[in-house]
Amino acid sequence: MKKKALSTLLAVSMVAGMVTGCGSQTADTATTDKATETTEVVATADTTATEAAVTETSAEEGKVLNVYCWNDEFQRRLKAHYPGYTEVDATHGKIGDIEVVWNMTPNTDNAYQNNLDEALLGQESAATDSKVDLFLVEADYALKYVDSDYAMPIADLGITDADTANQYQYTKDIVTDSNGVLKGLSWQGCPGVMFYSREIAKEVFGTDDPAEVQKKVCDWDTYRATADELKAAGYQIASSANDSYRVFSNNVSSKWVVDGKINIDENIMKWVEMSKELVDAGEVATHDMWGDDWSKGFYPEGKVFSYFGPAWLINFCMAADQEGSIGNQGGWAATEGPQGFFWGGTWICAAAGTDNVATIKDIMLKLTCDEEIMKSIVVEDDDFVNNKPAMDAMAQDTSYSSKVLGGQNPLGIYCAGVENLDLSNLSAYDLGCTEEFQRAMKNYFEGNATLEEAKELFYKAVVEKYPELTY
Amino acid sequence: MKSAKRGKVVSYNKWGYIFLIPFVVVYLIFQFVPLVTTIANSFYENYRSGLTQIGPNFIGFDNYAAILKNPDLWIYAKNTLIMWVMGFIPQILVSLLLASWFSNPSLRLKGQGFFKTVIYLPNLIMASAFAMLFFTLFSEGGPVNSILMQLGIIQEPFKFFANVWGTRSLVAFMNFVMWFGNTTILLMAGMMGIDTSLFEAAQVDGATSKQIFFRITLPLLKPILVYVMITSLIGGLQMFDVPQILTNGSGEPMRSSMTLIMYLNKHLFSKNYGMAGALSVLLFIVTGILSLIVFKMTNANKED
Repeated sequence: MKKKALSTLLAVSMVAGMVTGCGSQTADTATTDKATETTEVVATADTTATEAAVTETSAEEGKVLNVYCWNDEFQRRLKAHYPGYTEVDATHGKIGDIEVVWNMTPNTDNAYQNNLDEALLGQESAATDSKVDLFLVEADYALKYVDSDYAMPIADLGITDADTANQYQYTKDIVTDSNGVLKGLSWQGCPGVMFYSREIAKEVFGTDDPAEVQKKVCDWDTYRATADELKAAGYQIASSANDSYRVFSNNVSSKWVVDGKINIDENIMKWVEMSKELVDAGEVATHDMWGDDWSKGFYPEGKVFSYFGPAWLINFCMAADQEGSIGNQGGWAATEGPQGFFWGGTWICAAAGTDNVATIKDIMLKLTCDEEIMKSIVVEDDDFVNNKPAMDAMAQDTSYSSKVLGGQNPLGIYCAGVENLDLSNLSAYDLGCTEEFQRAMKNYFEGNATLEEAKELFYKAVVEKYPELTY
Repeated sequence: MKSAKRGKVVSYNKWGYIFLIPFVVVYLIFQFVPLVTTIANSFYENYRSGLTQIGPNFIGFDNYAAILKNPDLWIYAKNTLIMWVMGFIPQILVSLLLASWFSNPSLRLKGQGFFKTVIYLPNLIMASAFAMLFFTLFSEGGPVNSILMQLGIIQEPFKFFANVWGTRSLVAFMNFVMWFGNTTILLMAGMMGIDTSLFEAAQVDGATSKQIFFRITLPLLKPILVYVMITSLIGGLQMFDVPQILTNGSGEPMRSSMTLIMYLNKHLFSKNYGMAGALSVLLFIVTGILSLIVFKMTNANKED
């Protein structure tokens, strides 16, 4: 009898444990569901209220500001330049009594977008404090979000055209949807330049003066000849064939996708042709970007002459804070390079359904429209900011110089580059196409495939990513 | 009357059922439901373009037709098999050798416990971490290339990941290292299950150890060998983590190291549940057939 009682007890407790386990969970979700419903009503009421009155009363603000991003660049900017932001730990901060929660997912393998997509699609049913409030996008896929209802129009935040008048037009074009509504703002401009090693320039060309070096890379034929010269001296002109990709892909005359068909622009084929020659001659390698092999050239032992990139590359990526790197010793210099281009850039978008409208508005205004704050970003972080008059003025200013660039003031070169940016050929498929094209062409460069086979592979891979396309 | 009779017989059956509940519940939620939804998904056009959901629209067997018509599927299947064979042959040979050494009492090997633990260790490392390690070791500027160049074996760094057989060999080698310990333990169990009197009788009759191995151990080990082979083949069909991490999901060069499951994973970029589902069902059928063979074999063994 005792035994039976004991076993009954055991069995009952086990089953009960399971049931309660599930039960409490369902109860939880039920309550949160209810909570969401009620708060949602409040939230919509909130936004309509702010929209109507455009008043900033922090009483209406949600307690939590959820930020979706892929690295700590924006966090660093906010920490250093946004008044009132205090860091709690790596993923939490505070603005006044609002808690800032950083949701960082790396870009690798599309993880950032996958995560953001799920969050945005679940936005309506999420509890107010777990809704996405602010998210960041890059130029390569900005359209995907901007052309959806998930990004809030800037005007709805209460930011006027007058506020953004000083920003470069191209930064607004990228985040303007097909109906002409502006849906994001950026603090940076990303005209690309060519960064070269002063040391190597002196050794091979006898001078490290940007104007003189520019003559060595003024167009692609000269660039090609210079590559031979550098090879003879034991250097690579660039780390990887992919380095010059952006310079070509930003100067295209057609989009990646035309009428639902995949399209390879002529200029991109020129990149293939030149890169194949360079790879065959051993003048560049075929490393994937961001890998260890690619970034070897950030150090003198890497024997890499130049990298193409915008300001963020040199200030954020090129190991300037590492002892012994070229950047750390101020060993880089900037010049225009063969062609103008832009690369990347981070835009701030407000997610539809946010309950922190006033805070987001203030962050956008401070970081992307406030001239004083933007100037301090240039001085402290060597970034190129999205404020035309301020940049034009600083370009003339001899008191500003970049430490990483060995005392050069590169702003004039950026300013010249930013004028000529043409963004009419961006599409929502750019990220996937770029990734797959570089991957497929690596096979051609390495001799594992003919050009036709590599192109075939590219088409296949793109259709896998975007099943609605044909080729 | 009946009830009185029942009262006297203590039935423990219901306890059995009650204690089975946790397993059944977990199985239903994490195995059965996904299985059914996968099969259901395979009949629908269902993917996401950007933030726009397309489908689900019922399209019958169109997904299957698209997959089976795609000549690439057979290439990926071939890649998977090639890499599996390249890993399995050394694996079974080394395991047989080690198992026969470990299970041979006349060798009196010292530190058996230690070595048995050590050979199993690679299996405890996460496959992705292991792949990452190999990626770093064998990259163009990695330590392996530096060592080979310093020894004067090669002049230029060898691009392992730009070479078809370089990449495949690395994948096969990693699978071999990860799984030979496991196989050794299985084979050892099989060898210890063989009646020792057979070995003794052979020794008395003057058989050499070679003869004993080939005439007694191997034939009696056959069922275990087949079991090992088929389970390894099922595992091989599902090869994913090692090549995925090693080639950064690309299966390069020219997709020569792309396995079936990596191909399946490619469809998940666009949340293409229809295509991925159809491919999963096809793999499920193949795996099911292989499992049936194992099942028949082990059952036939019992009847002997």
